Amino acid sequence: MTARKILLFGGVALAIIGMSYGLWYAVFAEHQALDGIGHSLTSGFQAAAEKNSAEAGNSLQQYREAKYAYDRQVDVHGHWIGLAMLLVVLAIAFDHVALPEKLKLLLAWALLFGAALFPLGVLIQTWSHGALPRATAILGSALVIAALVGVVFGFLRRQAA
Amino acid sequence: MTDPSERKSYIAEPLVPSAPADATAFARLSARRLLTLAGIGMILAGMIFGDIFAVFVLHQNAARVGTSLAAAARAAAAGDAAAVGSHFKDTGAFLENRGTKVDTHVHLIAFGYLALMLALAQPWVGLTETTRRRLAWLLISGAVLLPVGVFLIHYVGLAYSPLQAIGWASIFADLGGLMVLAATIGYLAGIVRHFRARLPLLPDQLLRDRSAPARWLLAGGLLLVLAGFVHGAYYAGVDLYRHEAADYKILSQMSAAAATQNQAQINQSLAEYGELQGDKAVKIAAHAHIIEFGLLAMLLAFFQPYVQLSEPWKRRWAAVLLCGSLLLPVCVLMEMKFGLLAGGLADLGGLLVILALLAMWIGILRSTGSIDAMPLGAPIGVKR
Repeated sequence: MTARKILLFGGVALAIIGMSYGLWYAVFAEHQALDGIGHSLTSGFQAAAEKNSAEAGNSLQQYREAKYAYDRQVDVHGHWIGLAMLLVVLAIAFDHVALPEKLKLLLAWALLFGAALFPLGVLIQTWSHGALPRATAILGSALVIAALVGVVFGFLRRQAA
Repeated sequence: MTDPSERKSYIAEPLVPSAPADATAFARLSARRLLTLAGIGMILAGMIFGDIFAVFVLHQNAARVGTSLAAAARAAAAGDAAAVGSHFKDTGAFLENRGTKVDTHVHLIAFGYLALMLALAQPWVGLTETTRRRLAWLLISGAVLLPVGVFLIHYVGLAYSPLQAIGWASIFADLGGLMVLAATIGYLAGIVRHFRARLPLLPDQLLRDRSAPARWLLAGGLLLVLAGFVHGAYYAGVDLYRHEAADYKILSQMSAAAATQNQAQINQSLAEYGELQGDKAVKIAAHAHIIEFGLLAMLLAFFQPYVQLSEPWKRRWAAVLLCGSLLLPVCVLMEMKFGLLAGGLADLGGLLVILALLAMWIGILRSTGSIDAMPLGAPIGVKR
C-alpha cells in the first residue's frame, strides 16, 4: 500500500461516510433536533412568564443539552467531509512531498487515522460527556496537525530543491 | 468509450502510447471537463451567493433575531406566555432563514470542491468514459439539486408535504444528497477497480505541472489549511466550552430576570448574548473560510496547465487568490473589534478570491475552445 493509495482510498471512503451520515441526519434527526431546541427554549421563557423558575431551569437545561448535541452532530458531518477532501487533495499532491517513502507512509496513516478519529471523538461526545471522547477528538486533531506539518516540511524541501 | 472525434482533442502532452487515450482527456463533454467546469462554476456560484448573503442578509437577519429574542424576554417579564411563544416562533423562522442560506452557500462550494477532486482523480477511475460521464452528470445534478432544495426550505415550508416534519424542498434536497453520494460511491468503485487490476499510473499533465503559479498555490494553500487547523484547535481548546457555558448562563440569567421583571438585567443579558453570538460566529467563520480557501488554492494549483492565460497573468491571479484567501478570514476575525471597516475588508477579500477564480475559469474555458477548434489530426498540446 503506497501513501497515495492510503490517502485516496481513505479520503473517498471517509467522504462517503460523512455524506451518508449527513444524509441520515438530515432525513431522520435534524428536524427533530431543531424542534427540540426551539421547544425547550420557548418552554423555558414561558415558564419564566408564569414565574415557574424550576420549570424554566429544567427547560433551559434541556435546551443546553439539545444544542450541545446538535452542534456536534453538524460538526461531525462537516469535519469528516472536509478532512476527506483534504486527504484526496494531499493524495494527488504527495508527489511534491520530498521525504523518504517510509515517512510518507507514516504521514499518510497519521492523516487518515486523525481524520477518522477526530470527528468520531466529537460524535461520541453526544453520548458521553466523559474524558475518553474528548481525548479521542484531541488525539485525532493532533495527529492531523502533526502530519500536516510534516507534509508542509516535505513540500518546502521539494520547493527549495 | 470515447468516440474517435473526441480522441483528437486532448489537451495533455503527447500521450504515452500504452496509456488509454481517454485517461487524461479533456475532450468535449468528457467526465474531466464536465467536473472541472461545473466544479469551478459551483464554487463561484456558492461564493457569489455567500457574498450577497453576507452583505444584504446576514447582519439584517441577526438584528431581527435579536429583536425577536428581546421581545420574547420582555413578553416573559410581562407574564404573557402566549406572546413568548409567538416571538420565539419568529426567532425560529429567522434562524431557519439564516441556516438554510448558510447551508446553500456551504454545500454548493463543497460539492464544487468534490467535483474538482474527482476531475483530478479521473486517471485512477477504472471505468469507461461513458460511465464516468454519466456519474459526472449524476454528481452535478445532485450537487445543484441539494443547495437549491435547501434554499427553498424556508419558502416552501410544509406546503403539500406528505410528511409531518419534512417539506418537499427538504425531500428534494435529500434526493440531491443521495445522488451525489451514489456518484461518489461509483467513482470509488472505479478507483478500487483500477488498483485491483494493477493498472499503471498514467502520465497526467495536471499532476506533473511545476510552474510558478502552481507551486505558489500549492504551498500557499497548504499553509492556509495548516493555519486554519491550528486556529480550529485553539478555538476548540480555549473558546468552544466557554462559549457553550456562556450561552446557557446568559439565557438562564435572562429568563430569571424576566421572572423577576428585572428589565435592566434583561437588557444586559440581551447585549451579552448578542456579543457572544457575534464572537462565536466570526471565529467559526474565520476557521471555516481559511481552510476552504486553502483547499481551493491547492486544487487550483493542479488545474494551472488548463488555464490558458499568459504566465505573468497566471502568476498575478494566483497571488490575488492567495491575498484574498488570507484577507477574508483575518478581517472576519477582527470584525468584533473594528466593526464595519473589518467587515468591508473581509468582503473585499471574498471579492478578490471570486475575481481570481473567475479569471482562472475563463482561462480554462479559453483552453477548451482552443481544443475544440483544433482540426482533426493536429498535434496535441497546450497553446499558451
